[in-house]
Amino acid sequence: MANEALFTPAEQMKFDQELSEILSHYPADRKSAAMLPALRLLQSIKGWLPPEGMTLVAERLETSVARVYEVATFYVMFHTKKPGKYTIDVCTNLSCSLRGAESLLAYLEKKLGLRAGEMNEMFYLRETECLASCGTAPCLQVNEEHYENLTRESVDELLGKLT
Amino acid sequence: MSTTPFEKLITRNWGKPGSHTLDGYKKNGGYKALEKALEMGPAAIIDAVKKSNLRGRGGAGFPTGMKWSFVPRDSPKPKYLAVNGDESEPGTFKDRYILENDPHMMLEGIAIASYALDVHTCYVYLRGEFKKQAEILQKALDEAYQAGIFGKKLLGRDYPLDCYVVRGAGAYICGEETALLESLEGKKGWPRLKPPFPAVVGLFGCPTVVNNVETLASVPHVIERGAEWYAKLGPERSGGTRVVCLSGSVNRPGVYEIPLHVTVRELIESPQYGQGMPPGRKVKAVIPGGSSAPVLSGDEIDVALEFEALKNVQNMAGSGGVIVMDDQTCMVRALWRVARFYAEESCGQCTPCREGTAWQTRIIRAIEEGRGQPGDVEKLLNVVQAIAPYPPIGLGNTICALGDAAALPTHSFVTKFRAEFEAHIQEKRCPFGAGHHGWGHFGSGGFA
Repeated sequence: MANEALFTPAEQMKFDQELSEILSHYPADRKSAAMLPALRLLQSIKGWLPPEGMTLVAERLETSVARVYEVATFYVMFHTKKPGKYTIDVCTNLSCSLRGAESLLAYLEKKLGLRAGEMNEMFYLRETECLASCGTAPCLQVNEEHYENLTRESVDELLGKLT
Repeated sequence: MSTTPFEKLITRNWGKPGSHTLDGYKKNGGYKALEKALEMGPAAIIDAVKKSNLRGRGGAGFPTGMKWSFVPRDSPKPKYLAVNGDESEPGTFKDRYILENDPHMMLEGIAIASYALDVHTCYVYLRGEFKKQAEILQKALDEAYQAGIFGKKLLGRDYPLDCYVVRGAGAYICGEETALLESLEGKKGWPRLKPPFPAVVGLFGCPTVVNNVETLASVPHVIERGAEWYAKLGPERSGGTRVVCLSGSVNRPGVYEIPLHVTVRELIESPQYGQGMPPGRKVKAVIPGGSSAPVLSGDEIDVALEFEALKNVQNMAGSGGVIVMDDQTCMVRALWRVARFYAEESCGQCTPCREGTAWQTRIIRAIEEGRGQPGDVEKLLNVVQAIAPYPPIGLGNTICALGDAAALPTHSFVTKFRAEFEAHIQEKRCPFGAGHHGWGHFGSGGFA
């Protein structure tokens, strides 16, 4: 099977340019230090970390593919499997739970027809750990955007926008 | 205790127009302390920070000046400053607001610290979820570069200073200072064995100081107003003010800067802070220093939110996260929520923590769901002792403090609220529960 190109030419240019800026932040003999920013860059372009993208990161950072996988699978914000279009992370830690997070999660599970941890093409619903929004609980995150002080109305409104 | 009205330091500019911009910060006297610091010179700066009794605001409360003094002045290697903005401790959200409202205060602290420590490269490590905060900080940093505060010259002096914002990618463990360094080096966040401490062998094998966001934001005040003035604001051995985060069952959750004599009860009840409990509720329990701190029962909350005072009651000031639980809260379920966090976030390096955090979570969950067996409470205490053998003090069987942080809350919940755990086991159900995902366990929360 012929390999499709990882990037479009425009994506390739963005990746190359931003990676060289990132690498300038680190000592020349410490390229692999740029791992997290490089993976974030890849994910911002592709929506996840496809295997051939991780191989590319390994090449550019002059490290092994195993090291890239090790890092990619350690941090929860990195997706090594293609997620739904919207990853919804609901905080269910103590401060949020004291302010209704369990009900928020149950409400989302019902609305989306997904249990926490499950995904479909549109949504990947997860329970997540404390998002530093304890004073504005309950909260959730859609991809990398925060939503706080949630009510049924604001959740309905938010879900309406996720198309 | 001084009788003069309380003066806010860290939060003094919050709410003022443009408080997050260079103009706004300068209008309120910003970067004057840096000018003064450059006149004082490195040795005098470090001495002032020592005498100020400034203690680390990330959780451990280690004296900042002492940490700085561990950096070998004569090392031929480059030295680094790593800023810990990984704020992920449940109940903690102060650094986030410092970054949003007044990033320049921290940047000024970074410039002063770097100059004092002979640092020319600084990395600000923010938790991955702080996307907005990273953007605000980057803008502030760009302004500071343009104004000649960072870059090739430090306020016109022949002192190059670079500062980079790095985002993590979702891992509580990276708030542990050596895990943070591993992550900055592009690795998974596995804490390092200590010694050597980062001040000697840190980032890229070079001497490195790791300081919390609020700690660095405190430094300009120490320099500007003087070490003695700063030290006198607090009790013996803790200088300055404190920024605490109030959450849970309370009328007005939020971030409050307090003098160090304010007690947990005052924080909850005072009209200028929490404004009391929701109607008809009483305080059942409070976690005073982020979820890693032992729990206080409702009759133990007349203690000041200060390092030594909390230490004296075998607790900790921690990260300043104060979580309030009311009389309708199921303590088993509350503990399950805490335990689950540590099981998720254990990095897996040390067996007692990796296995123990998961095991205790399973036992607590079984008790909560009515599947608890007689003897489970003892078993739970055994698991806890295998992680941290000397409760309620830490110093456990693991490389870093995450194991202790997981074990000590469990020890305190179980010893202080044992009857509730036993009742769950005897009744084979949660006495507070209203079915799976019901309201019952936590009373009625904000989401309705």
